[in-house]
Amino acid sequence: MVGEAVSARDEILARLRTALADSPPPVQVPRGYRRVDDRPDLIATLVDRLEDYKAVVHHGIDALPRLLSEVGRLAVPTDVPADWLAGYAGELHRDSPPLSPAALDDLDAVLTGCAVVVADTGTIILDAGPAQGRRALTLVPDRHICVVRTDQVVGLLPEALTRLDPRAPLTWISGPSATSDIELNRVEGVHGPRRLEVVLIDSGA
Amino acid sequence: MSRPVAPATGSGRIRTPLPFPTAAKPAVADTQLRANLHRATRTIRAKRARVVDEVPDWEALRDAGAAIKADVQRRLPELLEQFEASATAAGATVHWARDAAEACRIVVALTQAAGADEVVKVKSMATQEIELNEALEAAGIAAYETDLAELIVQLGDDTPSHILVPAIHYNRAQIREIFQRRMADAPADLSDEPAALAEAARAHLRRRFLSARVAVSGANFAVADTGTLVVVESEGNGRMCLTLPETLISVVGVEKLLPTFTDLEVFLQLLPRSSTGERMNPYTSMWTGVTPGDGPQDVHVVLVDNGRSAVLADPVGRPALSCIRCSACLNVCPVYERAGGHAYGSVYPGPIGAILSPQLTGVADNASLPYASTLCGACYDVCPVKINIPEILVHLRQQAPHPPAERAAMRVLSWVMRSPRRWAAALRLARVGAGPLGAYRERRTGARTLRRLPWPASAWTRSRDLPLPAPQTFREWWGKQ
Amino acid sequence: MRIALFITCVNDLAFPATGIAVTRILRRLGHTVDFPADQTCCGQMHANTGYRAEAMPMVRNYVDVFDSYDAIVAPSGSCTAMIRDQYPHLHPPATSVAARTYELSELLVDVLGVTDVGAEFRETVTYHPTCHGLRMLRLGDRPLTLLRQVRGIKLVELGDAEECCGFGGTFALKNPDVSTAMLTDKCARVRDTGARVLAAADNSCLAHIGGGLDRHRSGVRAVHYAEILAETGATS
Ligand code: SF4
Repeated sequence: MVGEAVSARDEILARLRTALADSPPPVQVPRGYRRVDDRPDLIATLVDRLEDYKAVVHHGIDALPRLLSEVGRLAVPTDVPADWLAGYAGELHRDSPPLSPAALDDLDAVLTGCAVVVADTGTIILDAGPAQGRRALTLVPDRHICVVRTDQVVGLLPEALTRLDPRAPLTWISGPSATSDIELNRVEGVHGPRRLEVVLIDSGA
Repeated sequence: MSRPVAPATGSGRIRTPLPFPTAAKPAVADTQLRANLHRATRTIRAKRARVVDEVPDWEALRDAGAAIKADVQRRLPELLEQFEASATAAGATVHWARDAAEACRIVVALTQAAGADEVVKVKSMATQEIELNEALEAAGIAAYETDLAELIVQLGDDTPSHILVPAIHYNRAQIREIFQRRMADAPADLSDEPAALAEAARAHLRRRFLSARVAVSGANFAVADTGTLVVVESEGNGRMCLTLPETLISVVGVEKLLPTFTDLEVFLQLLPRSSTGERMNPYTSMWTGVTPGDGPQDVHVVLVDNGRSAVLADPVGRPALSCIRCSACLNVCPVYERAGGHAYGSVYPGPIGAILSPQLTGVADNASLPYASTLCGACYDVCPVKINIPEILVHLRQQAPHPPAERAAMRVLSWVMRSPRRWAAALRLARVGAGPLGAYRERRTGARTLRRLPWPASAWTRSRDLPLPAPQTFREWWGKQ
Repeated sequence: MRIALFITCVNDLAFPATGIAVTRILRRLGHTVDFPADQTCCGQMHANTGYRAEAMPMVRNYVDVFDSYDAIVAPSGSCTAMIRDQYPHLHPPATSVAARTYELSELLVDVLGVTDVGAEFRETVTYHPTCHGLRMLRLGDRPLTLLRQVRGIKLVELGDAEECCGFGGTFALKNPDVSTAMLTDKCARVRDTGARVLAAADNSCLAHIGGGLDRHRSGVRAVHYAEILAETGATS
């Protein structure tokens, strides 16, 4: 058909092809950066990074009951391990059926696990896998208590990526929510959870 | 077989309404603004330097980042098709927009189709560039900026002046004043402590987040092999927008692609350290199409050209498309520090703006920007993807339309200097001609300098003395030996 | 080794003392230097202002004049950077002569292996690393290494030393407000040091900063560091 409208897609792709008329040569990407960490004590690094972000770190599963005793209303993913809740006497809200944003906003804290943790940057990664639940769960409550097993800790960011499924919704968390928007100084506590507490448990034990 | 289609320049908020020197004048004279920028840029420079210095393989990461981006540019059409296929397979709908107006039309139509008359927004340069808020407003849709700095700028009826911290030009007292004036639910006794101001913003936006039906975002990265989008943020407003509403529309420049998910291992190390000077920003979200039962179920991606094909068409200027909008180059730029972001007249200020805006629009439409630099090179040193900004600035200056008087003077000078004989004669003439004046000034003031000259030399002498030719040129001294 | 002086256009006309100083230093170290009289200008101002076509005749003239020398020395960081960084792209036949062109401190430290040039200078001096020397040539602390060996000198550190002075060639004329704001800050940092002499590797930046210092009657003298290295303490 004469004068048929070209779709935006075809036109943009055609423009870009024209723009590359000079045929730039193939690029070899030099990957000389570190992909594995050789630091001896990853856990010490992790704790240092987390505390630098003003996250609070607790050691051992035994720390949980005391922590949870301060929490009146607690959100948990449906598959939360039963032993994490041992002795919990407060109001427990399992995310089934899914809690509405307004309902989540009324709760005091959420307790989850995580998928991978990067020691070098103090980053906790959630992938909606076991003991993590959907994204809204760890976002709306003002306090996030996250259980990290030492076998989930890797040194560097490249090591973490190899453990993740890109198709899962991923949330990378480095400390409580914060902003640097006022005079470029970091202050903690904006829209995301204002308190982040990490319970480190030794998976070897 | 497709016919060749010429790359096209873009539209939107990327043109300087005033030449840079004119626009910079009031900023330079504003001592409060200068003090705010001085303080903020010094703070961030020191933070960046500290977290970059602790990374032993920083240069290797920069080399990898630059190479990955060069590879993306070389394969852009094929990677876009790959992204479209993977995102579509994951349940997203991919749209294409030739320019700002087309991108706005798409977002307006999608919002209307969702039956919403308001959207919550995550800070995004692309939506600033296409002037989406104005387009939404014209269609009767309210757009709420949720990033703290964007909120400050929106409430202050102002425009952003920095890529990362759009309200960098305000200090805490000024921010409190804006909140008290424009935020109905701000506490009466609001202090100017950053924590109190952040708390006020949290309370102000909370209800809006919990009830929003449509969110609009940009993306820091779009991964071709998986169809994943990535948003890097700090406050959690991004997570709110990307998670709670039913409909999510992401406006993404075509240059934002990365070939593979693995490539994120480079950029998620380069970006946070370069931008906020942190080892890692508080939150990074990645999503691939739709996840049943988790987050938005109606997911759209709008891929925008708006001048990027024109940038791609220039092999020297092309690396400007590598920019990851970290703003490190702004923070170290001595010109940005004095002139502020608004002087650049575009959503892209600072050194990257001085090369990107003229390339997006065509140099003739932003002719003063390539000259808004001393070529000191501080930007190139910090750029995490090694964009040689000074080289591109000089390249763009060749294409800029030159003022006729300047052109004439440059030609005469070139004619003189290309000939050793004419140059030697000119030196002699200048020395002899200035001789009596130099001698007079030396007797009067003890120095062979001038203090006041008529235009155009007045641009020099209003703040500095001008040296006169010496009583004997070097070559005359040499000849006498 | 056949060493040629590339004095640069601005130095030839307005700052002959710098070229004279370079000549004296090299002769004192026992080298023979030549000043090919057909030299003009490196073309930096034209090329960087957007007149590359008009710069090309100067580029070609540079090659004609200097190609036969083993080393060419210029007392200017920015002219040397123009030649070394831009010439190979602008005019490929210039690649070899560009690689043999050195800023004074590079010639002394790297090529001739000298750090003590036998100078004496009894003054308090602060040093401003000019941008092109710092970030394009990567001179590092070569000029300071040379200055530290000068007898009698008292070197004081300049605050925000690595920040541009605001000259930028035609930038100073095209953007006078921003340029002046940068200059004002640089002059303030220089005055903070209490030094009586400001040294740098580029007379164009020095004319700008020195012009600002003079305007404020600060009593600080701006000189090319070559002129300090040339001093021997003897009354000349
Ligand atoms: S040009 Fe480089 S330094 Fe500037 S914002 Fe872009 S990536 Fe960052």
